[in-house]
Amino acid sequence: MKKTLCLALTLAFIMGVVGLAQAQTMKINGAGASFPYPVYSQWAHKYKELKGVEVNYQSIGSGGGIAQIKAKTVNFGGSDEPMKIEAQQESDLLMFPMLIGGIVPVINVKGLKAGELQLSQELLANIFMGNIKSWDDPAIQKANPKLKLPKQAISIVHRADGSGSTWLFTHYLSQISPDWKAKVGYGKVVSWPTGIGAKGNEGVSANVKRMDGSIGYVEYAYAIKGNLTYAKLENKAGKFVAPSIETFQSAAAYADWKSAPGYYMVLTNQPGDNTWPIAGATFILIHKTQPDAQLAKAMLEYFDWCFNHGGDIAEQLHYVPMPAEVVKMVEASWTQEVKADGQSVWQ
Amino acid sequence: MNRRPPTGRRLINFLVSGLSVLASLLGITLLGWITLEVIYRGLAAINLDFFIKLPTPPGMAGGGLGNAIAGTLAMTGLATLIAVPLGLLGGVYLAEYGEDSRLADNSRFSANVLMGMPSIIIGVFIYAIVVVPLKHFSGYAGALALAIIMLPVISRTTEDMLRLVPNTLRETALALGAPRWKVTVLIVFRAARAGLITGGLLGVARVSGETAPLLFTALNSPYWFRSLGEPMANLTVTIFNYAMSPYSDWQQMAWGASLLITVGVLALNLTARFVLQEKK
Amino acid sequence: MREHRVLRFFQLWPQTGAESLGDIGFRWLSGCCALLVPLLILAIFMQLLYYSIPTIKTFGLGFLFSQTWNPVTQEFGAASSIFGTLISTLIAMLLAVPLSMVIALLLVELAPPRISRVIGTLIELLAAIPSIIYGMWGLFVFAPFMADYVQPALGNTLGFLPLFQGPPMGIGMLTAGIILAFMILPFITMITRDVFLLVPPVVKESAYGIGSTTWEVTYKVTIPYGLVGVLGAGFLGLGRALGETMAVTFVIGNTHRISASLFAPGNSIASCLANEFAEATEPLYVSSLIALGLVLFIVTYLVQVLSQMMLRRMYRAWSVGL
Repeated sequence: MKKTLCLALTLAFIMGVVGLAQAQTMKINGAGASFPYPVYSQWAHKYKELKGVEVNYQSIGSGGGIAQIKAKTVNFGGSDEPMKIEAQQESDLLMFPMLIGGIVPVINVKGLKAGELQLSQELLANIFMGNIKSWDDPAIQKANPKLKLPKQAISIVHRADGSGSTWLFTHYLSQISPDWKAKVGYGKVVSWPTGIGAKGNEGVSANVKRMDGSIGYVEYAYAIKGNLTYAKLENKAGKFVAPSIETFQSAAAYADWKSAPGYYMVLTNQPGDNTWPIAGATFILIHKTQPDAQLAKAMLEYFDWCFNHGGDIAEQLHYVPMPAEVVKMVEASWTQEVKADGQSVWQ
Repeated sequence: MNRRPPTGRRLINFLVSGLSVLASLLGITLLGWITLEVIYRGLAAINLDFFIKLPTPPGMAGGGLGNAIAGTLAMTGLATLIAVPLGLLGGVYLAEYGEDSRLADNSRFSANVLMGMPSIIIGVFIYAIVVVPLKHFSGYAGALALAIIMLPVISRTTEDMLRLVPNTLRETALALGAPRWKVTVLIVFRAARAGLITGGLLGVARVSGETAPLLFTALNSPYWFRSLGEPMANLTVTIFNYAMSPYSDWQQMAWGASLLITVGVLALNLTARFVLQEKK
Repeated sequence: MREHRVLRFFQLWPQTGAESLGDIGFRWLSGCCALLVPLLILAIFMQLLYYSIPTIKTFGLGFLFSQTWNPVTQEFGAASSIFGTLISTLIAMLLAVPLSMVIALLLVELAPPRISRVIGTLIELLAAIPSIIYGMWGLFVFAPFMADYVQPALGNTLGFLPLFQGPPMGIGMLTAGIILAFMILPFITMITRDVFLLVPPVVKESAYGIGSTTWEVTYKVTIPYGLVGVLGAGFLGLGRALGETMAVTFVIGNTHRISASLFAPGNSIASCLANEFAEATEPLYVSSLIALGLVLFIVTYLVQVLSQMMLRRMYRAWSVGL
């Protein structure tokens, strides 16, 4: 027993010393959407190497991000579901866009390669409604006459946590299918008619990869990094498109940030021949009244670095960075709205 | 055994015996399957970097779980620091003073109940009383949750071990005029030393594999910790996050961490056993 | 007078002669530490109850019976989680209890002492492995095994039953139940073995003396003799299975739905908490999750109390210290 105690005491002592020695480094905590996590984690890694500032972003889902920034358990939250300006004001929050990406249906069907399967709006909705139960269903076969589809049950994988990706995906399904709108609706969590739940974009990708005959929806970077097979979708113009940075950009071009109060912006089901139908912006949420001016400044400096120097990393992962004029608008909002001790944090 | 014709009774006996051998083999196979799988898949992830480097974002090569190992050690250490004195004293009361009093009865009963309480409930409790008021996740919250889980284990083993100390020893010392607390601390504790160490080791083993109470108390972090007052990396939550991820390098890390935890917990258990047997 | 009673309750009143100040201090200190444990349980209960009040006010008892779990419309019902908890636990108990009984039988009656000790140690080590390892193994090794072999086989042979219908995903209620069974098996085996060992040899020997077989001795003497203890062991395992989080969360599928098929994904209270707790935004959502926790707390508390009472009664009856 004494030995255990000794050990524990020594450990505590070492911890104390380490704590004193390194207490000065700035540390910024964030949590939220898993949709942009591949980029955020690489940004943070790079930023630590360059500036020594540690940014800790936990990929826990948009629902978690909003909950925790409201509860002030983190310094910033991440969400893919835009928050209305009234809701922002109510919680003393400022929301701004960080990246634009796309939600992509991913499948695991033996013999099918990326982009081979084409899903019309009706097929997509019917599969997730549970109306189409097998991959060799005549409806799928008819739309994809060249493919040899196996006789295999369709297993749906959806998000189990409160998710901005779910919000975007179901928001899109509600637009294209009145049946979906009436029976399921849209939100960060919905009552899925069928399928298994997984945590985060990570969990959905992992499950789809693991299970034969499965279909799920993830941010495009996850499809690429996880080597998953995506399906082509029919867009508003009736064209079948593949996910890519170009088709996301085409959707992003329809974003009119100037007339979007509180940066509230939904980019699903945009027009244009080459537009990916389920694109979306991902947002950062911070408190307008910051308790610690120094930390607030370090945080905004980090975001500034992401806007101005993070574009390459984002594009490598197939996200669309924010255009310069939007960045200018966002930084003007910082100056105007983010305050610590009554002073503007960002000059 | 005298010779009897092979009646139905003997047949049933034979069948049940066979069944029990099969069942035991199943149990052992299971243990073998799980440990071999953990070792096989875990060893691939273990190298020097695994112990000293920080994790990298998905897709970047290299990196390790040094921070998570440090975090788990620190939180388990702090939990031990909190739970051992409290549990030890509680156990002393149960064995030396309370015996059959209502308090002792209640305490013993509650300790058994608390040991069987789902650990996630402890996590929810700590979230409500520590994380919400302090407004952030922290290593302290995680350590506190672990301490609550450890406390009844220490308290009950302490009682059992102290009870094994013969009463004559206490009486001799008391007769010499030593005050009771001195007798307890200096003589009874010493006599029960091996048992108490075992209890401590088992307590540490019990919490070092816990995940549920850390999910929303300590959370996680990709960096080294500076103090316990911030979200803290730890092995088990890292296993959970990495296992659920689609990246094969992260999954491999999760297997490495699983191996480390398994080896750690089994080693603690075997040491505890060894210490106790040595004494006997 | 009253004060006296209170002090007697805590057994803090010196029994003989005068105690030194150090002794009184030490007694109080240790008494307080002993009091800490029951106070903790009380505090946990009060906290859970306090945070559950909004849910109880909004949904009343209907919370327990409603299947809806929809954070968008702010409607919450615990039925699917309770159902999942009960079903996965039931599967686990059906598999683990008989198996652990026969293993305990082997350890106590059949195997030579040396082998029995080795197997006993191995099974105790199995009980010490943290649940997250079972979860890892379940997800990466066992679930694919279920999907590739067990579920297709069950579907082909027993597929006419609604229990075994649906796509063989590997993940789902059945897999969760089996992993749970693996988890509690060593635990129940250990306690059952201890109970069997406590049966006085005289009783067993006299049964052997009149020509009973090992199984008959176990079935007709040992088990009835230690029935309360065996039940207690079962209940302890039940308590574990009901609240197990990590092993289940990995493989149950995390879906708020009640399905007839065991292949279908589901949800347990613990897995629901693990998945949704950190991200619940609205107060009512948080409150409903904590209310789920309260349900789990009450159920496991009752199970624990029952098992403690049984084990205690047995140990008392045999006048062996617990």
